[in-house]
Amino acid sequence: MDFSFLSDPRYDVIGAFWLTVQLTFWSAIGSFILGVLLAAMRVSPVPLMRRFGGGFVNVMRNIPLTLIIIMMSQVIANQLGVRLATREAGVNPQAFLDNQNFRLAVVGFILYTSTFVCEAIRSGINTVPAGQAEAARAIGLTFTQVLGIVVLPQAIRAVIAPLGSVLIALTKNTTVASAIGVAEAAVLMNTLIENEADKFTAVFLVIAAGFIILTLPTGLLFGALAERNAVKR
Amino acid sequence: MSDRASVLYDIPGPKAKRLNLIISVLFGIALAALVWWVLSILASKDQLESAKWSPFLEGQNWTTYLLPGLWATLQAAVVSVIIALPIGALLGIARLSEHAWLRWPAGVVVEFFRSIPVIILMLFAFQLWFAVLGVSSPFAAVVIGLVLYNGSVLAEVVRAGILAVPRGQTEAALAIGLNKAQLMTIVLLPQAVTTMLPAVVSQLVVIVKDTALGGILVGYVELRRAANTSASFYGNLLPTYVVVALIYIVINMSLSTSSQYLERRLRTRGGGGRMVKIDDAAQNDLMAARQRVEVVGVPGVDEVR
Amino acid sequence: MRLRKIASAVAGAAALTLVVTGCGSSAENAVSSVTSAAAEATSAAGSVAADATSAVGSLASEAGSAASSAGSDASSAAVSATSAGGSAAAGNSKVLTDAKNGKLVVGIKFDQPGLGLKNPDGTFTGFDVEVAKYVADQLGVPADGIQFKESKSAEREGLIERGEVDYIAATYSITDTRKEKVDFAGPYFIAAQDLLVKSDNTSITGPEAMAGKILCSVTGSTSAQKVKDTYAADVALQEYGTYTECVEALRAGAVDAVTTDDVILAGYAAQYPGELKLVGKGFSTENYGIGLKKGDTAGTEAINAAIQSMIDDGSWKKALESTVGPSGFAIPAPPTPGS
Repeated sequence: MDFSFLSDPRYDVIGAFWLTVQLTFWSAIGSFILGVLLAAMRVSPVPLMRRFGGGFVNVMRNIPLTLIIIMMSQVIANQLGVRLATREAGVNPQAFLDNQNFRLAVVGFILYTSTFVCEAIRSGINTVPAGQAEAARAIGLTFTQVLGIVVLPQAIRAVIAPLGSVLIALTKNTTVASAIGVAEAAVLMNTLIENEADKFTAVFLVIAAGFIILTLPTGLLFGALAERNAVKR
Repeated sequence: MSDRASVLYDIPGPKAKRLNLIISVLFGIALAALVWWVLSILASKDQLESAKWSPFLEGQNWTTYLLPGLWATLQAAVVSVIIALPIGALLGIARLSEHAWLRWPAGVVVEFFRSIPVIILMLFAFQLWFAVLGVSSPFAAVVIGLVLYNGSVLAEVVRAGILAVPRGQTEAALAIGLNKAQLMTIVLLPQAVTTMLPAVVSQLVVIVKDTALGGILVGYVELRRAANTSASFYGNLLPTYVVVALIYIVINMSLSTSSQYLERRLRTRGGGGRMVKIDDAAQNDLMAARQRVEVVGVPGVDEVR
Repeated sequence: MRLRKIASAVAGAAALTLVVTGCGSSAENAVSSVTSAAAEATSAAGSVAADATSAVGSLASEAGSAASSAGSDASSAAVSATSAGGSAAAGNSKVLTDAKNGKLVVGIKFDQPGLGLKNPDGTFTGFDVEVAKYVADQLGVPADGIQFKESKSAEREGLIERGEVDYIAATYSITDTRKEKVDFAGPYFIAAQDLLVKSDNTSITGPEAMAGKILCSVTGSTSAQKVKDTYAADVALQEYGTYTECVEALRAGAVDAVTTDDVILAGYAAQYPGELKLVGKGFSTENYGIGLKKGDTAGTEAINAAIQSMIDDGSWKKALESTVGPSGFAIPAPPTPGS
């Protein structure tokens, strides 16, 4: 099988996957923070927050990620004129475009993935025995204290494995950013297939290998972490 | 609005009620401000004019663009599920086999296809179909990509479902002298089907969402892409995408609710009552199903009312 | 001794064909390797008498047709057959035979406004459609005898080879690689690559002026890359999945220009009269031709004549004006079909 395209300077395989990693990294941090917030809202005593959290999660979960990302670029950026990067006059705007598209994609991923993090944490909260929260209330802790000191730490420890699978899903979902021109792995594969159509199997194997290298160790790592941090009851 | 008791917080007393009210009001103001800001930007860009929203009252818009797109989406989803289920079942059963020469390759196949994004699989399937048959068929590419991925995911669902059948069943079957194949087909699979059904229906939600991937690089004219063409024709991109998002939400929410309904009904039937619960969070990737079968039914902190 | 040489040459050609087709490589590779194997076979038996070489040639041509190639020039018998058939006119030509029966299947694009577009009510409009209808009319088929079929870019050759269409008018550029598989009548239009900008844009006057601007194109298309490589290394490229999205971004002001063939751009511009315009400085030309079955010389001649008469009686110009004119597209000089 002919892998000669790997040494062709036109195709930056490492660069494309580095972009995938960056997209995953920033989206993961944002989704985790937003996910915890959403979970807290969904179990909070404030009915408006509960309803908003529930509504947000249900809406975002059921829309395809493709639609969300494309709406970010076409509607929010193009039509509504929201700018997430600065365009300097007189300078090649490629950097502006790349930054803008990258950040739009990250925001889109955060909005989508945070719903899954929220659901994971909520199911984690459900695994914490009611007795823990009752005891916490009995010693007079407030809602935020119960959540922050007693329930959430145990909840998150219990759902490390599902959070790991959300991270893996996020890594694979970053390919959707190809819809708005972020030069990550799927765009690279598309370009490679256009130019080297007869070597498409080799191209597929290379891209597949890239994603396996990214996802398999993550899965094993999170599996090991889950084992180590499981709450022993 | 009655105040509920919850394990996480007491029934609010006067001070807590006041605090809740203040927080509600502040949060409500923040939300309203956000909504008002969005609407004002939309209005300034003329997005709220009726000319932009009236195309949805035109039958031709629906019959030419949106409904065929929706039909294409549903077609791809249903065909993929129909093909992926038997493949998934075979792979799942193979992964449970005692023979290592069957278990290992099945395991490798499942892990391989679950680690690759669906778009990549679709791109590969498109080229493969064209190279072998000389015809470029986005539908085939989308279906093959979805089948490759979801076949592996459903393999894990089937495996979890079979593992969820109480051990006593296996022991009894072996005691009366059934061989492995009979054990699987007569005893385990039929019972596993009821435990798996809700999970399969909720995986259908993922499949419906993934059909949208076919519209980006492979050129399959599903709902999102058809909406794009419609929006270009009528000049109303934002309203079209909002309407399409609503369509997706309706479809997926009805699938999810039927999955939950199935789960409830099948759970209350006699028997072990254990269900394969697919972590909502792990909907895109069933690593959770691989880890363990969650025994549902233990009341957790959030569920105690 | 002679017989053994011939036998080994034939066996080599047959084995090579089997290996090549077995590996599933494209038909083009199969054709070239069969013809090169046949050439080796003929050169190996080069000093042998003429009847021996023709025996090798005919065996190789059987292997060649088994490899589903469109034409093997290793056999002189095949060549004489086509020249005899050419003068028999309608007998061998799918286009002309079908035209006599009053029904033609024509391949066009369904999603390119101004050239080949399927309207919401099921009718078809565009310059390619007008050319196709005129040619059909010249061949004796009225407009309602034409069935339009969608021909996506990658499958045009396949549709013609399998006989699923009579001819294709779908922004089909004439290239040497394609000429190996299909015959071309025309060109009926010479397109150039161009830039689409907003009507009030005065700063972009050509591809060189794109330096420091944002250019939009479709993922995987070579047009935008060409601008970057040849004219303005300082241009920023934004890629979307379809031209529709690019045009929407242009209208919203998020990108400065869209690039592809000028007549395609004109079609998009015509959708929004007055808003968009073409820069008008074409670069890098494409010859659009009508593709039909390989070896159909009678059909090619008939269609060339039809195109010429369309140009001569003014309908060519009128068709352009009605389909892409509204965008302000400057109607170019007509080409010479058959060149």
